[in-house]
Amino acid sequence: MSQAVLILGATSAIARATAAAFARQGYALYLASRDVDELRRIAADLQLRYGVEVRHGVFDAEATATHEAFFQSVVKAMPALHGMVLAFGFLGDQMAARDFKLGEKIIAANFTGAASILSHCANYFEPLKRGFIIGISSVAGDRGRQSNYVYGAAKGALSLYLQGLRNRLFASGVRVITIKPGFVDTAMTYGLPGLFLVASPQDIGARIVRSLDKPADVVYLPWFWRYIMLIIRHIPEPVFKRLKL
Amino acid sequence: MVTKVAPISGWGRYPVEPCELERPERYADLRPFEGGLIVRGQGRSYGDASLNENGRVLLTERVNRLLELDAEKGILRAEAGVTLAEALDVIVPKGWFLPVTPGTKFVSLGGCVAADVHGKNHHCDGSFGDHVLEMEMILADGRRMLCSPAEKPALFWATVGGMGLTGIIGEVALKLTPVQSGHMMVRHHSADNLEQLFQLLEDPATDDRYTVAWLDSLATGQHLGRGIAMFGHHASREELPSGMESSSKPKRSHSIPFDFPAFALNSLSIGAFNALYYSREGRKREPFLSGYDPYFYPLDAIGNWNRLYGKRGFMQYQCVIPGSAAFEGIKTVLEKLSGSRRPSFLAVLKRFGAQGKGLLSFPMAGYTLALDLPIRDEGLFDLLAELDKVVLKHGGRVYLAKDARLSAESFRAMYPRYNDWLKIKKAADPKNIFSSNLSRRLKIAEEAA
Ligand SMILES: Cc1cc2nc3c(=O)[nH]c(=O)nc-3n(C[C@H](O)[C@H](O)[C@H](O)COP(=O)(O)OP(=O)(O)OC[C@H]3O[C@@H](n4cnc5c(N)ncnc54)[C@H](O)[C@@H]3O)c2cc1C
Ligand SMILES: NC(=O)c1ccc[n+]([C@@H]2O[C@H](COP(=O)([O-])OP(=O)(O)OC[C@H]3O[C@@H](n4cnc5c(N)ncnc54)[C@H](OP(=O)(O)O)[C@@H]3O)[C@@H](O)[C@H]2O)c1
Repeated sequence: MSQAVLILGATSAIARATAAAFARQGYALYLASRDVDELRRIAADLQLRYGVEVRHGVFDAEATATHEAFFQSVVKAMPALHGMVLAFGFLGDQMAARDFKLGEKIIAANFTGAASILSHCANYFEPLKRGFIIGISSVAGDRGRQSNYVYGAAKGALSLYLQGLRNRLFASGVRVITIKPGFVDTAMTYGLPGLFLVASPQDIGARIVRSLDKPADVVYLPWFWRYIMLIIRHIPEPVFKRLKL
Repeated sequence: MVTKVAPISGWGRYPVEPCELERPERYADLRPFEGGLIVRGQGRSYGDASLNENGRVLLTERVNRLLELDAEKGILRAEAGVTLAEALDVIVPKGWFLPVTPGTKFVSLGGCVAADVHGKNHHCDGSFGDHVLEMEMILADGRRMLCSPAEKPALFWATVGGMGLTGIIGEVALKLTPVQSGHMMVRHHSADNLEQLFQLLEDPATDDRYTVAWLDSLATGQHLGRGIAMFGHHASREELPSGMESSSKPKRSHSIPFDFPAFALNSLSIGAFNALYYSREGRKREPFLSGYDPYFYPLDAIGNWNRLYGKRGFMQYQCVIPGSAAFEGIKTVLEKLSGSRRPSFLAVLKRFGAQGKGLLSFPMAGYTLALDLPIRDEGLFDLLAELDKVVLKHGGRVYLAKDARLSAESFRAMYPRYNDWLKIKKAADPKNIFSSNLSRRLKIAEEAA
């Protein structure tokens, strides 16, 4: 039986490309998100193109009470589950900073929901002493900026959570990788002003899968974002707070 | 949905218009927009068919999932944004091929239906629409509707060749052609003039499933219309040398990274190329094997080759002239062209089979000629208007998928089934929501020109 990967937020363009890159290597897939019709389409497509087994099921990051049962159903469907990619995320808009109702959703989708499903996943892989967890965070989580700090805070929290999880699972040989993409050309960013150095989802997806063959724990994609963020993180706060970012 | 304003063009890079681009990633987001829209697949039509100046353009490039392949019956169901290249990757290893393919595989299924594209096998297999078993459309009022030759046939045949003006094509079910290998068995015959070339294309003894002729558009006088007729079919297992794998791997492609200066392609360089090509290719009389990629898609090996024509872009003029008038008509067109000293880099002649049921479809029994002409000055428009007259006089028509300049009057004279089409368009889209630069130029939603 081929090893299987669970992809959460599988309807995202980055996730679709990541799933394709795994399928090309022969991995079976389990795709999950809230949109069943889309999952069915993407599953059929990946199956046809790469000839691997692809299953799908509904997953809502915000409905944390359902996560345990969801994860069990995945393990039941895919006994050879070997890894998971956490790709779901929600950018929301500027108003979220002023209206906590909106902000709460961003935190729930990007962080609380992620922490919940990650705990089930980690508990499963830890005793097996194998497997990998790839979490897609964001460069936005590296420093708070007035334009999207609610999203940034949630992604920053996710990065920190993944860091802790990596520390915990190291002893069991479970790989935890944090992916921090810069701008990627997806539905999340399409038509937004002020984008630069925009990467294609295909490129990012292929690199996410390749990160498993490399030693780095925190991967900026494409690589130059590591240096851009290095600079941004080192701007002294008295200066940074005056910038319009 | 968030949109992005950007200048876009067809493959000929003329005209260029600012459009409001919407790029759904989910099937459910393929929806009409109240304020009017046109769908765009891969933007490989040459002129203004997929443009909507200062209006909405719905991109299908991300709605490109293969949904089902019945490997027994050879039926592929897929979303309209799937390209022929993506389909081929999956079907060829399973022993199937596209029933009809244009000269590039970087086109979408939706675009192939909407233009009812033809291939080198039109005289044997008809056009793309003849092989569509069923499609799901999203209409002007947002309703989804299945249509096929049996179910809603009027809408079906108005959409096949309808240039995106009847609704959004969402999914397509296509009947494939069985093949025993990914290779083609090819023969070339050279002809010294147009008459010989016509004879070669008409002769049942030399005919094959795929035929096309390349013309030296600069040859004049007694050599007018000299060229090479190319014949081919899918190689059978027996025709492959032993040990040869049955699918052919595409080569890596190169890309034109910048606009060539417009003078790069002039009479001299094209003349030199043509003479060379003519003598080299004309010698391949013995049948030879070719991968399907170089055979069907030689130009795809060079990405963005449209940039060779320089910044101002180019036009492809493709006309068809029916029946017995074809020889005289094509000859007159070639004479006018060589008289104008406007070199055409690409000149392709092909025999068509019978006209299909698509009400605005281009093919009709006769001969079709396609010419690539760089835009250097306004004079080109005058020349093409003159060619329109020749085509009309001989009862022919011009291909809308390649067009950027035909007049509304000529369009009506060339497409006699247009009135039938308009009735269906008005019933399906009474507010004319599906509208493009092409449709407005041809005044297509209006009774009279
Ligand atoms: C190198 C080259 C060679 C070619 N060779 C041939 C050939 O041999 N034979 C031939 O017939 N054509 C040929 N063509 C033309 C090409 O096949 C057609 O123009 C085809 O329609 C392009 O498909 P597209 O996806 O790029 O469509 P676009 O150019 O994006 O759109 C073309 C038309 O289709 C409509 N459309 C696209 N998708 C949809 C949809 N989902 N729903 C409704 N309407 C839609 C658009 O509104 C527009 O009117 C060639 C083009 C090139 C560049
Ligand atoms: N695009 C960028 O520039 C960029 C940059 C850095 C990081 N990222 C991150 O990359 C990941 C993929 O993003 P994308 O750009 O491809 O965005 P996208 O197209 O907007 O995809 C977001 C995905 O998240 C899922 N999702 C959202 N809320 C959910 C919820 N409550 N429960 C379950 N699934 C939910 C969506 O699935 P359904 O709607 O089907 O449920 C969808 O698959 C995200 O984590 C994003 O934050 C993106």
